[in-house]
Amino acid sequence: MDDIDRAIINSLQGGFPICDQPFGAIAEPLGLTGTQLMARIRKLKEDGIISRFGPMWHAERMGGELTLSAMKVPAERFDEVAELVNSYPEVAHNYAREHALNMWFVVATEKPGRKAEVLAEIEARTGVEVHDMPKIQEFYVGLRFEA
Amino acid sequence: MTTPLDPIDRAIVVATQDGLPLVDKPYHEVARQVGTSAEDVMNRMERMLHEGVIRRIGVVPNHYALGYKFNGMTVWDVADQDIAEAGRRVGELEFVSHCYHRPRHLPDWPYSLFAMIHAKEKADADALVQRVADALGPLSRGHLVLFSSRILKKTGLRL
Repeated sequence: MDDIDRAIINSLQGGFPICDQPFGAIAEPLGLTGTQLMARIRKLKEDGIISRFGPMWHAERMGGELTLSAMKVPAERFDEVAELVNSYPEVAHNYAREHALNMWFVVATEKPGRKAEVLAEIEARTGVEVHDMPKIQEFYVGLRFEA
Repeated sequence: MTTPLDPIDRAIVVATQDGLPLVDKPYHEVARQVGTSAEDVMNRMERMLHEGVIRRIGVVPNHYALGYKFNGMTVWDVADQDIAEAGRRVGELEFVSHCYHRPRHLPDWPYSLFAMIHAKEKADADALVQRVADALGPLSRGHLVLFSSRILKKTGLRL
């Protein structure tokens, strides 16, 4: 990763334009052509420096549901339960955390009602209680990371 | 606030949930996949961005790859009547990436205010947690920091 990659990451965490040739439209201040910018973004993605590039969709604003859930998974069953939880396409993120509640995952659904089904199924199939912690209020979302 | 998607909006979500195509005219490529005009795709995406259905368009850094190894979910036991003030104070801290009020699960889980912090070194993470504690003062009746030890999945929304 060089200074140009860092500049791409720092300047492009939002505001990517909606126009005919958006890469070309923003490449010049980075000292690149549109084609070079596309190649850089492709490489950053391949190298795992960025996890995605594109629009970030907001499930709840589409009429769906979003929640954070936590489980207390016995250590010897951790990988098996993680595999089962991750197999649901509605599970958008899943993190192992250092606490008795050691598995924390985000469920995003397109249709209302599906969240409860997914959580109930996970609970039934694993025999582990699922704690549902949907947000009641959002105070802030949106830090940008400095590369 | 919710905005039901019509079939073309939904097709745009499906076409872009793995990301925007890395081609010279990405919205034209999305339009081809969706079966509409590029102008229609761009108008709809502008509208969805304006409505907040799209939070933003750009790169999502993998913060681990950038060296942010200490990603702490800080959780705070705040009395219900203090939550709005507590959320306002924590939401203002520039290093907090997300801040939410969530339900407690008594007796095991008394924590109701969640704030994510990120640091490259453990000592820096500890200092950030302390700054949250200082901002809350007596509004916090107890807290924990849960560091993530592993990302098990990170795909974002899938329809």
